Amino acid sequence: MSSLIHLTPRRDNNLDRSRGGPNGRAARKSSIDLTAIRERLESGKGPEFWKSLEELADTEEFRKFVEDEFPDRTPDWNEPAQRRTFLKVMGASLALAGVTACTKQPAENIVPYVRQPEELVLGKPLFYATARPISGGAVGVLAESHEGRPTKLEGNPEHPSSLGAIDMHTQAETLNLYDPDRSQSVLRNGNISNWMNFMAALLTVRAEHAARQGAGLRLLTPPVNSPTLAAQIQDFLRAMPQAKWHQWEPAMRIPGYNPQYHFENAEVVVSLDSDFLAHGPGWLSYARAFAAKRRVLVGQTPIEQKRALQQGPHEIRPEGQANFNYARESVPAKDTTNRLYQIEGTPSVTANMADHRIRIRTSEVPAFAAQLAAAVGAQASGVSAPGNLPERAARALPAIAKDLQAHRGTSLVIAGEFQPAAVHALAHAMNTALGNVGKTVTYLAPVDASPVDNLASLRQLVSDIDAGQVDALIMIDVNPVYDAPAELNFESALKKVRFRAHLGEFQNETSVLCHWHIPMAHFLETWSDVRAHDGTVSIIQPLIMPLYGGISPHQLLAVLNTGADQTPHDIVKRYWASRSPEGDFDVFWQRALHDGVVPNTASAAAGAPAFEATAVPAPPPPGQLELVFRPDPAVGYGRYSNNSWMQELPKPQTKMTWDNAVWISPATAQRLGLHTEDVVEIDHNGRKVAGPVWILPGHADDSVTVHFGYGRQHVGRVANGVGFNAYLLRTSDSPWIATSGVSIRKISGTYTLATTQDTQTMEERNPFRILDYPDYKDSHKVQQEDEVRPEQTLFPEWSYSGYKWGMIVDLNACVGCHACVTACQAENNVPVVGKDQVHRRRAMHWLRIDRYYRGSLEDPELYFQPVFCMQCETAPCELVCPVGATVHSGDGLNQMVYNRCVGTRYCSNNCPYKVRRFNFYLYSDWYTPSLYGLRNPDVTVRSRGVMEKCTYCIQRIWAAKIESEKEDRRIVDGEIKMACEQACPTDALIFGDINDPNSRVAKMKAQPRNYSLLEDLNTRPRTTYLARVRNRNPELERV
Amino acid sequence: MAQIFPRSANSFAKVSIVLAGLAAAAILATAYRLDRGHFITDVGVAPDQPVPFSHKHHVTDDGIDCRYCHTSVETSAVAGLPPTETCMSCHSQIWNNASMLEPVRASYQTGRSLAWTRVHDLPDFVYFNHSIHINKGIGCSTCHGRVDLMPLTYKVNSLYMNWCVSCHREPERWVRPRDQVFNMAWEPPPDQMELGKKLVAEYKIQKLVDCWTCHR
Repeated sequence: MSSLIHLTPRRDNNLDRSRGGPNGRAARKSSIDLTAIRERLESGKGPEFWKSLEELADTEEFRKFVEDEFPDRTPDWNEPAQRRTFLKVMGASLALAGVTACTKQPAENIVPYVRQPEELVLGKPLFYATARPISGGAVGVLAESHEGRPTKLEGNPEHPSSLGAIDMHTQAETLNLYDPDRSQSVLRNGNISNWMNFMAALLTVRAEHAARQGAGLRLLTPPVNSPTLAAQIQDFLRAMPQAKWHQWEPAMRIPGYNPQYHFENAEVVVSLDSDFLAHGPGWLSYARAFAAKRRVLVGQTPIEQKRALQQGPHEIRPEGQANFNYARESVPAKDTTNRLYQIEGTPSVTANMADHRIRIRTSEVPAFAAQLAAAVGAQASGVSAPGNLPERAARALPAIAKDLQAHRGTSLVIAGEFQPAAVHALAHAMNTALGNVGKTVTYLAPVDASPVDNLASLRQLVSDIDAGQVDALIMIDVNPVYDAPAELNFESALKKVRFRAHLGEFQNETSVLCHWHIPMAHFLETWSDVRAHDGTVSIIQPLIMPLYGGISPHQLLAVLNTGADQTPHDIVKRYWASRSPEGDFDVFWQRALHDGVVPNTASAAAGAPAFEATAVPAPPPPGQLELVFRPDPAVGYGRYSNNSWMQELPKPQTKMTWDNAVWISPATAQRLGLHTEDVVEIDHNGRKVAGPVWILPGHADDSVTVHFGYGRQHVGRVANGVGFNAYLLRTSDSPWIATSGVSIRKISGTYTLATTQDTQTMEERNPFRILDYPDYKDSHKVQQEDEVRPEQTLFPEWSYSGYKWGMIVDLNACVGCHACVTACQAENNVPVVGKDQVHRRRAMHWLRIDRYYRGSLEDPELYFQPVFCMQCETAPCELVCPVGATVHSGDGLNQMVYNRCVGTRYCSNNCPYKVRRFNFYLYSDWYTPSLYGLRNPDVTVRSRGVMEKCTYCIQRIWAAKIESEKEDRRIVDGEIKMACEQACPTDALIFGDINDPNSRVAKMKAQPRNYSLLEDLNTRPRTTYLARVRNRNPELERV
Repeated sequence: MAQIFPRSANSFAKVSIVLAGLAAAAILATAYRLDRGHFITDVGVAPDQPVPFSHKHHVTDDGIDCRYCHTSVETSAVAGLPPTETCMSCHSQIWNNASMLEPVRASYQTGRSLAWTRVHDLPDFVYFNHSIHINKGIGCSTCHGRVDLMPLTYKVNSLYMNWCVSCHREPERWVRPRDQVFNMAWEPPPDQMELGKKLVAEYKIQKLVDCWTCHR
């Protein structure tokens, strides 16, 4: 309850607080002198890596802020501490602390099955293959089920869009499933009704319209990539030829355009504002291929000396066995890498992997594309993209063009999905001219059953309503009142429709205006099917009966088509029965369900896409603002607004939680006199929205970025009233970039934003290491070596003779997608704490991703580094625990024992990596019954006053260990996968036994790029990092 | 200045010091006895159950193996309690009119589970695994006692951590041959320590006292 309800109001107390917060944050932010920072960085006196403007400003407040990991230690002690009060409280608490131990354990029940399912073994999870539909694709998952409760989703290695990985949104779907705010009953005009009543009403509407061949009857859905649903809709349109089907989703993908990228063949990648490593259908598979191409591995390495130093005497194996010499083990050498140019205005996650990031305004990207196309000799007829480029971009362009031309057939130009069709046309023209089509990019038939221009479709619907042609509107899984372009005024149009029905997982802004609202079944609750980004079909099978009587879209369409209520299972199975290949259908069906994919269903190859020749509006002149719209990195277009995991996930670029903000560059902020947390009013041709400012290094100047997904009014306790609604600024003539009529104005007050960017900091050290590719390739030279002093330790030496668990984080492969953070949260029952508590630096994530900037204030490089418990062999935390709640295990792990912990927090104070998190309150929700089902039963749900941290998913280690011992064998490499490792699309995180010289982790640790975080402290961490290798273009370096 | 306390106060003070010490010792001893006694541990106490199920009857009289009902004891963390269907596999034929079995029949007919009261209930922060103990030669009766002789089921050990750890430190004192694991009547032979050491080596039993062995 604490996380979802109690803390939410508390968060509001902080809003509009113009005075300094509990840490004096507001004061700190406004006192930042950007000019001084800029000078300091340019003069080379600043730090090489920096995390925030506050850190660079290095004010006294900031010093104070970072000194204490957990400030406000006694937040509830509001009265002046009088001696008498103190004694009373201490006495009482001592007495009560003793008394609480005197309870008798309450009796519990065992509730066995009446009829136990055949394949179920109590206490062991089962995994079922299913798929989560996304816009334009699907993510195949293996859903973990504990006695009928889906608790966690993992990637399905057989699925082409997943390849075993999973993204943060798919991971968060389990919380959406159990969300207590989900729609729980059929509503008629806001009153509780039931499905039978709705069916009766729907059948009446159907009968009325059948007489008119469906005239006046409209269906509004998102683009459909479920073959069964598409067939049902076609049946519906055949029976009611005058009825119309409209499709709408705010992503507004270009209809009928389905490019497939083949990064395994691409040596040089130019991304024109594309966030292909964190966004879009199929990005998981793209990230995997990209990272595989990027990874540099050294085979035979001259590193014995370094190893010997690092190993020290404590690693000598007993029984006279020789030390492992990692260097003798060969790793398949791969000394090639790829190069990525990222051209963008709003910093993306992909920019982290860029070897060169060219910062131009988002509206200047078309002009850049046009000039680059001209430079590589590509022709795109009918495309005009006016505008001049900033000087630096113009100077860089020839070098990029030259690099592209030097890699004909092995280069790739990608246009961003939020760029106009003209840029896609230019990218296609360049790929054609460079001979890349068919090698690094191919085109497939669209995944959507009936691709249409979403905007035109919705606009048609609104104009038909206004013309009085729409009598009944049935909406499935859409929320146009919230997310339609503002000038369409969908809300007032909707009210004119005589019969309005809405099927959705949540009651939302649209459903409250409808006569009927029907709860929709979650994809983990129902049968369906869906196409992946390459067209491969997955059958969606349910893990659980609908929790709240949810109805599937298939059921609704079946009522419309046949007048009868049918089960989704029958509908989907019947569809496939008529389409399965020759042979036994049951075998086909079982196979498809088991594998999670239907074989041979990938889309056919398609010819080159035909784009409408479009003119692109010119970018605004310098000094005038452009307005860029983006889905929020965490809550997306609004589907995850009510998902507290997503709300509390620090957004990759800003590390901000629980809000959206107005992103502007430092220079623009200075010009407009704005500071982070100032409240501004954005005016886009008279449409006004107010929101707080976030000064984002690396953002284009004279550009403003806002994110969708916030400012919800009717969805649930988590999302309502959080952030501002950027959809109110979005019009259909400028769906992604507004280039005219944009202004921002400071209005009074500030707004507190909760960010984790400066919490848990290892400041004044350089935890991130970067190597330059040419140097590294030739000499394997590793820079920035710290002195290692293995002999100095207070701990007794210990030989780890059995398993020796360790992890490696390949910074060259980590794309910063944050899937691991959510995977860890789902696996380890990590609670959310709410905005106020995040602001007090009490976020609970066991795995954090530090974001570093390097370089100038305006144009820094961006780096991500996952940090979690290092499992130090000589762990500083263990020495200081007065109650032995954190101790070392025989296999070298740093154990945290919740039931011993009394909450002194000495351990976190002594942890140099700042990875320990403390339960200041009862953050875990112990009281909402629907959330019980979500919990991983193999991990303790922590209580108040307890320290916690990454355990290396000890429950997974022990499960594998027990199985291996029953079979009298050693654990095989790869048998244990950490939750974060499982989610990772690029294999950047690898876990294994370091004592096994053939394990992947041991081989990776033998790479010369291997280093330990804060190595000079001699904590001997089991988690080590592989340094980043940057492959710069020497010609561009000179520019 | 006159004395405030009379002379007798001296002896009163001495006595009261001793008495206070004795009282404290008595309180501590009582608390200890209470904590380790069956009032708190429930050792020897058979809780009320929806059906007065007798292991003695089913195991000793009828000769049913433990694993007929506790099916997952060799493979999973939990031994498993039988679904109503298992009860009904016999009791649809025999004693099918016994009033004592009415809750079982009702469960089977309505599909509502029987709610048994846990006899062996570890705290929620303890992750015990049956299968590994069975596979390493720890018999049922070592922890659960002679369940085959219990008309109503009760526990014979406190399941306190010191009790767990006593075996984790010295498994050779309790380990038995694997083929004797389900033999409820097995008693440690006089040469248990020798046998135990041999089995510990043979079964590769580790003396696991790391916290994370059980607490996660």
